[in-house]
Amino acid sequence: MSEKIHQLFSQKISVLNIGIKWFSDNVNLKGAKAIQLEWKPPASGNIDLINILKSLYNEEVEDANQKVIEIIQNGHPKLIGLGTARDVIPGFDEWTILHAGPPIEWELMCGPMKGAVIGGLIYEQKARTKKEAEEIAKTKVKFSPCHHFHAVGPMAGIITSSMPVWIIENSTYGNKAFATLNEGLGKVLRYGAFSTEVIERLNWMRDELYPILRDAIEMKGYIDLRSLIAQALQMGDECHNRNKAITSLFYREIAPFVIRTKFSDSQKAKVLEFINSNDHFGLNLSMPACKSIMEPAEGIPKSTVITTMARNGVEFGIKVSAFKDIWFTAPSPRVRGLYFPGFTEADAALDLGDSVITETSGIGGFAMATAPAIVGFVGGSANDALNYTKMMYQITLTENKNYQIPILNFRGTPTGIDLRKVIETGILPIINTGIAHKNAGVGQVGAGLVNPPVECFEKALRKFKK
Amino acid sequence: MRTKIVVKKNLFFDSVSLMQLSDKVKSLQNILEVVILMATDTNKYLLKDIDLYEKELDNSTPNDLIIAIKAEDDESLKRAFDYIEVSLTQKSITNSSQSEPEIVIQEYAYRVHPDINLVLISTPGEYAALEAKKALLSNKHVMIFSDNVKLEDEIELKDLALSRGLLLMGPDCGTAMINHIPLGFANEVPAGPIGIIAASGSGSQEVASLIAKLGSGITQLIGVGGRDLNEQVGGKMMLQALQSLNNDPETKVIVLISKPPAKNVAEKILNEATKVNKPVVICFLGADNSSQESRNLHFVKFLEDAALKAVELVTGRKAIYTRFNIYELAKIESAKLNENQKYIRGLYAGGTLCDEAIIYLSQEFNTIYSNIHFDNKYKLSDNKISIKDTLLDLGDDEFTRGKAHPMIDPQYRNIRLLNESDDPDVAIVLLDFVLGYGAHPDPAGVAIGIIQKAKEKFMKRNQHLIVIASITGTENDPQILSQQQKKLEDAGVICMPSNLQAVKLAALIKKELIQ
Repeated sequence: MSEKIHQLFSQKISVLNIGIKWFSDNVNLKGAKAIQLEWKPPASGNIDLINILKSLYNEEVEDANQKVIEIIQNGHPKLIGLGTARDVIPGFDEWTILHAGPPIEWELMCGPMKGAVIGGLIYEQKARTKKEAEEIAKTKVKFSPCHHFHAVGPMAGIITSSMPVWIIENSTYGNKAFATLNEGLGKVLRYGAFSTEVIERLNWMRDELYPILRDAIEMKGYIDLRSLIAQALQMGDECHNRNKAITSLFYREIAPFVIRTKFSDSQKAKVLEFINSNDHFGLNLSMPACKSIMEPAEGIPKSTVITTMARNGVEFGIKVSAFKDIWFTAPSPRVRGLYFPGFTEADAALDLGDSVITETSGIGGFAMATAPAIVGFVGGSANDALNYTKMMYQITLTENKNYQIPILNFRGTPTGIDLRKVIETGILPIINTGIAHKNAGVGQVGAGLVNPPVECFEKALRKFKK
Repeated sequence: MRTKIVVKKNLFFDSVSLMQLSDKVKSLQNILEVVILMATDTNKYLLKDIDLYEKELDNSTPNDLIIAIKAEDDESLKRAFDYIEVSLTQKSITNSSQSEPEIVIQEYAYRVHPDINLVLISTPGEYAALEAKKALLSNKHVMIFSDNVKLEDEIELKDLALSRGLLLMGPDCGTAMINHIPLGFANEVPAGPIGIIAASGSGSQEVASLIAKLGSGITQLIGVGGRDLNEQVGGKMMLQALQSLNNDPETKVIVLISKPPAKNVAEKILNEATKVNKPVVICFLGADNSSQESRNLHFVKFLEDAALKAVELVTGRKAIYTRFNIYELAKIESAKLNENQKYIRGLYAGGTLCDEAIIYLSQEFNTIYSNIHFDNKYKLSDNKISIKDTLLDLGDDEFTRGKAHPMIDPQYRNIRLLNESDDPDVAIVLLDFVLGYGAHPDPAGVAIGIIQKAKEKFMKRNQHLIVIASITGTENDPQILSQQQKKLEDAGVICMPSNLQAVKLAALIKKELIQ
């Protein structure tokens, strides 16, 4: 019964000291190890939250979280093909339009999202003008979060019925995830642009890019995205704000098969040029890959692991595994960032997009240490980047066995955000993100860092209170 | 307004560094617009949009750097370009902070330091239970130094510890030594064959120090917290500790120290103690359990007796130390007093030492007052005012609220000593000095000046004040017992070898006065 005490009596004592620092010194004086915890009252001293926290530290929750961690660690996303949204996404119909973030009505949508909806309706030829589109959006369209349809979308995240989408399969659990193809930077639909050039690009993507990539993937069979992400992380991507490596890796995989498709040389060359010229092409692969990993982790009773984070430009929403169907939301925060020439914070939309699924599954901002090329976003020094990742270890349950960071001696990325630890420490997940212009159609105006509002986590924690 | 656009061929920088640099240049004086970027097609469109495009940019490639600046005047423009030039050649546009992030949560500490096996918690009480629970769930042994932990939390935590075979020392546990590592307040005691389990901090320090003074030593000192032996907690942790010391081959004799427990709890403990295959010395302070003496159970009334008995059981010889003839000393000292002087005032830092004094003196004299008296009749109504014979536990909550414990900060005791000295009826002051890890680095040193002032107050009234001290500590403590004793003796303090001896001397002197 007291085997562990017996062991203690024959071990070297190593103390974790929580509280009076003096006690650490005394332990050290006797030549034993004492680690001082930089303690402050948990949950900022909110006794109500502390009591809930206390009730959530028990074996049932630990077991549930362990189960979730296994699901995340075992997830194996593969790109298995492309299809048209309405054909391949279950439940999608002609009037369905998916958007980023938690649910939101048309009237309340932010500028870029409204613009993207208008663009989507023009693209679908449901409307010819902005005005027509607005009328239809108000009356006929069935809006729904991408997340409710196994999909994710960067920025506005608009998916309409005839858009081509990547089909990702988590081969361990058999579930699928979907995302559109990345349009590039500048005036693009996901930032709310709907001018003729935007629609024409979308048409070209549907008519040439899509069939060529579809045929190429079909010939290749599949592309192992877990492996691609793992390699990209070791090549300086964190797969959210930097996607150069994963885009290049994808290019290497796909190019020989693009060549083999039965399209004209100029069509094929245009496809390869398009991929090559867009550093963020790979983002729309890493995002659904992460989504496919996280979805099987939803709905594990009692688990406090965060399974979804997403923003619609008005609200930030999170989901916790134990409550699969509930969004815990709070107003979208402002991104702290660097702005492109000619823009300032006054131009910025509030935090927007589903791309934070990358952080949710343990990459993106959580893997900042591996992306020194973009440390400017996080304070400027490579050490700051290391520290961001190290901080995230304190609110996560494990280290990713698939995704490693060379500079941290190949430690796995911090994975499995634990709601309890976020509340307890007050350390919020760190998110790398792009900044959209607040008006429809202007595009990206900068990039930077953002934290989810703490209210989302507090609401989620209170839900655990019986 | 002046505009200047420069293209630097084949000079690549990542866009983030350039955005940072632009930010800095923008903050210079009289600068209206700054664009520093690589000449990609997208970027060139951007320049057109904000009217900073020139024909010569047509031929630039994504490997070329474009610097375009609008400024109020030529001078500002030049300053901006100079700044950029310096920054670009330095290449490291940023400065770095080298510090490691601090460890703010237990689970991460365990990941970084997997060898941690014991968690010492001294946070404010309302937060201690959460930390303790997490530590136990991570299979760590725990000591809770904090007080003000809810009773139901204590029970839950102890049940959790038992189900996992872990030690949960405390809450409100001032003292423990595991493998001779001090946790909280503890003395430097040699290794030896005696294991101590105590529901009291200063009591266990006194017993351990006396064991050292008697030439023996200890294996472990396990503190179980002041409430462990009450009705609701039921001695859960003392039973667990008893079992673990029973299984410990190094421990030959076990000492249990506590206030008298609830009746059924006492029965449970004694029942368990009889099953132990080694001698157990039981000090339920002040209780007379001698009728229950059995094969391996040895009952003692006071702390000193516990140390003496334990050492006797180890060595097989009766242990003794007598420095002087206490009766002789009582006579000599009492002769120095005048006829109104008759009261004892005890100013204690150690709660159990104060208990011991109350118990001893109460059996010698009927009316002893205290702030912690077990009999409400003798509990002080106002702790600031001593009545007749009064013994104060200055470590009790009401004295320490918002202040450090008197073992760490003796300031209030000093003030109180001067107050007591204004009372011409006072004859004797009893003081305890607790040494060891965690305690004040020189408790005697900070007291002697005040003691002298107190004595002077009496001298001015043509009186004499007897100051009797006991020092709980050892020669190897950081404060060094003999040095502390010398300081006190030089100030005219009578140092007795134990708390009980100090109290006995006070009682003998008082008896002389009464006669």
